[in-house]
Amino acid sequence: MAKLPKPDQLLNIDFRPPKTGWTETPVDFRPGTWLYPGKPESLQTVGLPNPRQWSPEDEDWKLPENWKEIILEGLRERLGKFRSLQLFMDTCVRCGACADKCHFFLGSGDPKNMPVLRAELLRSVYRKDFTTAGKIFGKIAGARDLTVDVLKEWFYYFFQCTECRRCSVFCPYGIDTAEITMIARELLNLVGLNIDWIVTPVANCYMKGNHLGIQPHGLVDSFEMLTDDIADITGVQIELSFNRKGAEVLYIPPSGDVFANPGTFSLMGQLMLLHEIGLDYTLSTYASEGGNFGLFTSHEMMKRLNAKMYAEAKRLGVKWILGGECGHMWRVINQYMDTMNGPADFLEVPVSPITGTRFDHAKSTKMIHITEFTADLIKNDKIKLDPSRNDNYKVTFHDSCNPSRAMGLLEEPRYILQKVCNNFYEMPEETIREKTFCCGGGAGLGADENMEMRMRGGFPRANAVRYVHEKHGVNMLSCICAIDRAVLPPLMHYWVPNVDVCGVHELVGNALVMKGEKKREENLRFEPIRTEEDEDV
Amino acid sequence: MGLKFSLLMVTALILGVFLGVEALGLSYLFGVIIPYIALATFIIGFVYRVVKWGKAPVPFRIPTTCGQQKSLSWIKQNKIENPSTTSGVVARMALEVLFFRSLFKNTKAQLVDGQRLVYQWEKWLWLGGLIFHWSFLIVVIRHFRFFLEPVPAFVRLIEKLDGFFLVDLQNVYLTGVLLLVAITYLFIRRVFIPQVRYVSLAADYFPLFVIMGIALTGILMRYFTRVDVVAVKELALGLFTFNPTVPEGISILFYIHLFLVCVLISYFPFSKLMHMGGIFLSPTRNMANNNRAVRHINPWNYPVKVHTYEEYEDEFRDKMRAVGLPLEKDGTEGEKEAATTKE
Ligand code: HEM
Ligand code: SF4
Ligand code: SF4
Repeated sequence: MAKLPKPDQLLNIDFRPPKTGWTETPVDFRPGTWLYPGKPESLQTVGLPNPRQWSPEDEDWKLPENWKEIILEGLRERLGKFRSLQLFMDTCVRCGACADKCHFFLGSGDPKNMPVLRAELLRSVYRKDFTTAGKIFGKIAGARDLTVDVLKEWFYYFFQCTECRRCSVFCPYGIDTAEITMIARELLNLVGLNIDWIVTPVANCYMKGNHLGIQPHGLVDSFEMLTDDIADITGVQIELSFNRKGAEVLYIPPSGDVFANPGTFSLMGQLMLLHEIGLDYTLSTYASEGGNFGLFTSHEMMKRLNAKMYAEAKRLGVKWILGGECGHMWRVINQYMDTMNGPADFLEVPVSPITGTRFDHAKSTKMIHITEFTADLIKNDKIKLDPSRNDNYKVTFHDSCNPSRAMGLLEEPRYILQKVCNNFYEMPEETIREKTFCCGGGAGLGADENMEMRMRGGFPRANAVRYVHEKHGVNMLSCICAIDRAVLPPLMHYWVPNVDVCGVHELVGNALVMKGEKKREENLRFEPIRTEEDEDV
Repeated sequence: MGLKFSLLMVTALILGVFLGVEALGLSYLFGVIIPYIALATFIIGFVYRVVKWGKAPVPFRIPTTCGQQKSLSWIKQNKIENPSTTSGVVARMALEVLFFRSLFKNTKAQLVDGQRLVYQWEKWLWLGGLIFHWSFLIVVIRHFRFFLEPVPAFVRLIEKLDGFFLVDLQNVYLTGVLLLVAITYLFIRRVFIPQVRYVSLAADYFPLFVIMGIALTGILMRYFTRVDVVAVKELALGLFTFNPTVPEGISILFYIHLFLVCVLISYFPFSKLMHMGGIFLSPTRNMANNNRAVRHINPWNYPVKVHTYEEYEDEFRDKMRAVGLPLEKDGTEGEKEAATTKE
């Protein structure tokens, strides 16, 4: 694995474009910036084309003989299927408003990381084969042939976009480079170009229900470890149920939270909360993954993986579905699930049995976000909270890309944070809510081998955290995304040491006063709680 | 390269009219035939492009949400930046089309001291763009004076407002000047901002030069060389009433002006200028974020291969039983049978 440069070396960013035009500037597959290709077995498991051993560093990528035909045919098909693609190919005026909105550009200075040029990588090929001007005038019209080198460039840069949609907020026509990247990745997948950090979770999720490929008994064990920890900390023993028919609610968290800190703490908080209010819910081992790396593969793969949620809800006969803290999961649920796998006419409009609130905004999809659910509980005074148990923390909140820009879930988590902790500080306006910066590892790019690129892409986010860290002493970065919880800790360690990462519900779990609990001396991390009495001493 | 190429093209085009009209006497070609062809190309091409876009399905509802969603009743929704109703969408689109709302969000990111990212105020592109487009629109409306007799009241009104300023006892139309200033600014920024220059193609410079040429010749005609307005109106009215004539004594400047307009409108449907139509169709802006309340239909939704619960249980039945997970098919009998038959 490539050696990670020191932060000040990394910040030696040259924003001047190279002397050579972008079509003449070849890609440099420098270690630390790209990801390992998909393992053939994983491709086989889900029936993706051209499974083989290969490496981006090799000259020969072992493409199928008619690869060019496949890609161009695939592009033609998708132009017919997506108005978005046609429009986004045709309407860009190259005004450059999106250029410095991409975290990868800000962290690398590489002009091909400007959303406009990322899109031009595909657009230039589109012009050549699908527009009159491009066919006649060729290069001068910005058209170019699809060659192996172009394909390699696609692989490099379309797996260097986290589909965060920040660029689309600023584009006067709403051109969404994430949409272009999604379709470009579909095309790449047609000839077997993909990355292992996506394909293997996809294959695992398909066969075993979750990204890590944990089998049912393993999953049950892992959950039990969490309830054991909860019992140690609170004295309250929680019983969970799995695959239980007749429960009112199916609860689907992202599996990442089951296995790795600090996600586990956040999941514990959710389990404690659901226990405390006595919700009649079940977990599922079959639909044990909220996340969906199909989103990063193709629309079809997204649908194949997502199908489990409704299928399982139907099999178990629940009334509605509750989803955990995960970013891209909610892009799929909010913008794709109902269209792809609905209508969910076997479910009912979600109603909180505790508060009676009817979640009409989810009356068709029948799935609500845990922060919507919890905010409603708090607003209706249904749970007892002691925010001082989070007094160790000065908290800020990282909006995950997808809940902000593909949903608009902005105030729910903030409302909760205000109620569960006493010290909350916002990062600067330009870096939160719909303008939030990506963690640098979304859309399947959270691997280790591209660590340098992750640190670069995450720099704008880290920079904003550092600002509140220095100004207010912020030491806890809260979020509502499992990928964030996996990739933000190393990012903080690299750029802003002394800032930790947590899920919003970890802080809920800390603050939650449970019936029959013992005196809480430790928070969910087994760290001593600094209580008011301690301070008096 | 794109810059030089475009400049060369526009120069060649101007030279073409000059030779055509002055040397070859092709004033009917440039005054009548080409304008008709250009207009036909524009209309047919524009409609064709929009219809082509319109025919492509919108499989998913993918608005970019730029504000709080509609969820709990006590959380204030941002009804415009994250609309959940048609009227919200209309308001959002109106702000985009009339005031370039998204562009107004623009900032400039800068790395200071080599380690801090700051986001600076940067609305020049928005301002320049807005001035350019509004001036362009008003200039176009003012031109109806040449095509319509009597001149409609709203055209007169706009003229009056626009010509409010007097310079040397002569009305100066503000928009004409602003148009030229704004388009020049857009050109300058394209050349001087390194990143923008790096992504620019011939197709980005070309319309700028053409529009500059149009504005420049227009201003020259109006304020400096004094073209024969009566003759021009006769030509324009003739074109408009399909009764074309070419009066004598119209200056070459006018033919250049007219020809560049023809170039612009016939180029329009084949180029990025189609953003005028595209902006209305953009799915990230013109859709409501009511995804979870109202199901969106994908016309080409097709069944896909999934891994069913039954297949899953078949694979893990024993392990599931071992940890006490409920099963659809207990399967113990079947296994016993299988075991006995094996023996
Ligand atoms: C509904 C109508 C239209 C809308 C909403 C619109 C909007 C925009 C926006 C937001 C930009 C980007 C910012 C800028 O450079 O100003 C732009 C660029 C541009 N528009 Fe329009 N436009 C419209 C119609 C037109 C028309 C009729 C023309 C005429 C020829 C035109 C010519 C241009 C040009 C040349 C640019 C690029 C400027 C540059 O190179 O920087 N637009 N338009
Ligand atoms: S902001 Fe939009 S129109 Fe401008 S360069 Fe970027 S994608 Fe193109
Ligand atoms: S979607 Fe995000 S990562 Fe991709 S180009 Fe746009 S800003 Fe960059």
